[in-house]
Amino acid sequence: MPNMSLKKNEMPSQAPDVRNKNFGEVALGYTKEQAVDEANRCLGCKNKPCVGHCPVAIDIPAFIGKIKEEDFEGAYQIIQKSSSLPAVCGRVCPQETQCEGKCVRGIKGEPVAIGRLERFVADWHNAHAEKKADAPAKNGHKVAVVGSGPAGLTCAGEMAKRGYDVSVFEALHQAGGVLVYGIPEFRLPKSIVQKEIDGLKEMGVEIDTNVVIGRTLSVDELFEQGYEAVFIGSGAGLPRFMNIPGENLKGVYSANEFLTRVNLMKAYKEENPTPIMHARKVAVVGGGNVAMDAARCAKRLGAEEVYIVYRRSEAELPARAEEVEHAKEEGIIFKLLTNPVEILGDESKFVSGMKCVQMELGEPDESGRRRPVVKEGSEFVLDVDCVIMSIGTSPNPLIKSTTSGLDTQKWGGIIADEKTGQTSREGVFAGGDAVTGAATVILAMGAGKDAAAAMDEYIQNKNK
Amino acid sequence: MYQIKRKKELNPTVTLMEIDAPLVAAKAEPGQFIILRVDEAGERIPLTVADYDREKGTVTIIFQIVGATTQALNHKQEGEFIVDFVGPLGTPSHVEGLRKVAVVGGGVGCAIAYPIAKKLHSLGAEVHSIVGFRSKDLLILEDEFKACSDKYVVMTDDGSYGQKGLVTNALEELIKSGEQYDEVIAIGPLIMMKFVCKLTKEYGIKTMVSMNPIMIDGTGMCGGCRLTVGGKTKFACVDGPDFDGHEVDFDEAMERGTMYREFERHAHEKTCQLFAKEVQ
Repeated sequence: MPNMSLKKNEMPSQAPDVRNKNFGEVALGYTKEQAVDEANRCLGCKNKPCVGHCPVAIDIPAFIGKIKEEDFEGAYQIIQKSSSLPAVCGRVCPQETQCEGKCVRGIKGEPVAIGRLERFVADWHNAHAEKKADAPAKNGHKVAVVGSGPAGLTCAGEMAKRGYDVSVFEALHQAGGVLVYGIPEFRLPKSIVQKEIDGLKEMGVEIDTNVVIGRTLSVDELFEQGYEAVFIGSGAGLPRFMNIPGENLKGVYSANEFLTRVNLMKAYKEENPTPIMHARKVAVVGGGNVAMDAARCAKRLGAEEVYIVYRRSEAELPARAEEVEHAKEEGIIFKLLTNPVEILGDESKFVSGMKCVQMELGEPDESGRRRPVVKEGSEFVLDVDCVIMSIGTSPNPLIKSTTSGLDTQKWGGIIADEKTGQTSREGVFAGGDAVTGAATVILAMGAGKDAAAAMDEYIQNKNK
Repeated sequence: MYQIKRKKELNPTVTLMEIDAPLVAAKAEPGQFIILRVDEAGERIPLTVADYDREKGTVTIIFQIVGATTQALNHKQEGEFIVDFVGPLGTPSHVEGLRKVAVVGGGVGCAIAYPIAKKLHSLGAEVHSIVGFRSKDLLILEDEFKACSDKYVVMTDDGSYGQKGLVTNALEELIKSGEQYDEVIAIGPLIMMKFVCKLTKEYGIKTMVSMNPIMIDGTGMCGGCRLTVGGKTKFACVDGPDFDGHEVDFDEAMERGTMYREFERHAHEKTCQLFAKEVQ
């Protein structure tokens, strides 16, 4: 008999006024009992609407079925067939718009907590699995992957499973891409990312850090070295700014810089040599997940007041509902329908305030969202000493400018086939933010997975 | 891990290291930079490539001991290793087609100016090197500069070596004496580059400068190295580090460079105490 409770099992979490002062993980994970109880809410639908909305098509009812039987390793094996990073996805996927958004239980009541169950299974496996998976038999072909973020790691894992020798080239000193430099420890502990990467290494994937493709080596040289195909998953690129006066004052960060200092360089630890400003009042400009991460980091670094400044209304916030809710619980103040027009500085050129205007929503624009327009005479100054710009990125020009025959969009994104990741250059595939512009971890993983299938087919055909 | 093949103190506060990094050595060109970390918990710092040996697979860096990280780096000995060394980053200096160039170096900036002078010389250009230091004991790379310069002028603030005065004095004198340069390349403290540019603007001589702002990743991701060039925001790591000096907003760059001054002072003091303890 299924569990007919209309509500999900609550996720045990650190209390908001405790967690907003530490970098430990916010959500603590289900217990075995909670997981089995939640699994029993799944009706095991035959037509599986959830699976169709998972970018990597995990057989969701099947893995939940195993949880009901308390066969957690069995559940893990099912997830692992489709996803290379289950412990990551269980934490950072926007399930509400994907699998859970289509769950039949969500029609009346809350959907099954698929994300929380995925996380439970992955954590259980990481804590209990004894025998490591054997490295698959080699097929004698080698491929290169540029970038070790979610797209690159997924592509690498999929190719290794197929028997390829895989080399991943990472520009930074640590593998993981946005999973290590962008998403904070309290949302995705770095030990979990490291475990997933270690798993890939055990499968034979080689990771070369400190190699910038486009500088240290070019894509052409990778082919010369005998790689038969190259996957580019180089990520989102350079931060955008608003081009308003005062953006180069001291105390203005891009979200990328702020998060990199905090997450990759661990600037929140006092003994660490990488500096970060411990501001009193912080404004984060933007309303996406990255903005929420930056705001919550700033709070944890000790800021008294942290604002999210966003020019549209709450309904248009691009961030996940859960992230917005967590931010609010932690005391982040939302200044909605507000847009900065100038950042003000003191005599020593440190930020001393941010001049803003209030907005109202007008007619829908080309994105279908109602366009914010300035309210006459609504100008005011927000008292802040730090501003974090979190309004998106534009692609890094490095690979395009050094790879012949690689076509890009006007805005810089690499042009790649939506299904296969095939670019304009033979043997070169691409996926993730480098193709789509800033998106989610799971979409990047889906692209990496699709590209791996296409790369495999390409190499098989070539060698026929 | 990257081994320190050679270490040489150039003066009490400036050290040269030759690092084993074959991939970087194979590609490095004058004007480019690398980013290194000394140890596992270390910060990433950018340093400009001072020289490279493609056959030996080594890259030479020259650094001034100014903060905790350069101090920790200076603590490493020949044969020891640093954890990370990535590059070459940034775009190489454009030296092709230049026939007569004044290369102006200030202090440790001479370490960056030298490979450019050397490259220009190897391409057959006439090179006039003007180098400036606070005093004689801080002088570096004299023999190296002499070997690749048609004219070599040393200026010191206190007159303890060469001529007393600033590099701008020497440069103006040369220009006034009728030397006609295709370009001036100025590398040194921001304040020096600012005044070289002010001077050359008066004379209408194109001037390139090498900017060395605060950086984290150095690959075009964080945007910390942004500066204003010709009224537009540019990123030193991918658009530079070389820029047209007449377009650079030096005052803003100087301000931005002081963002972590307090933090650095504390870190420096802490490291000093740490090393002092080690010595005891």
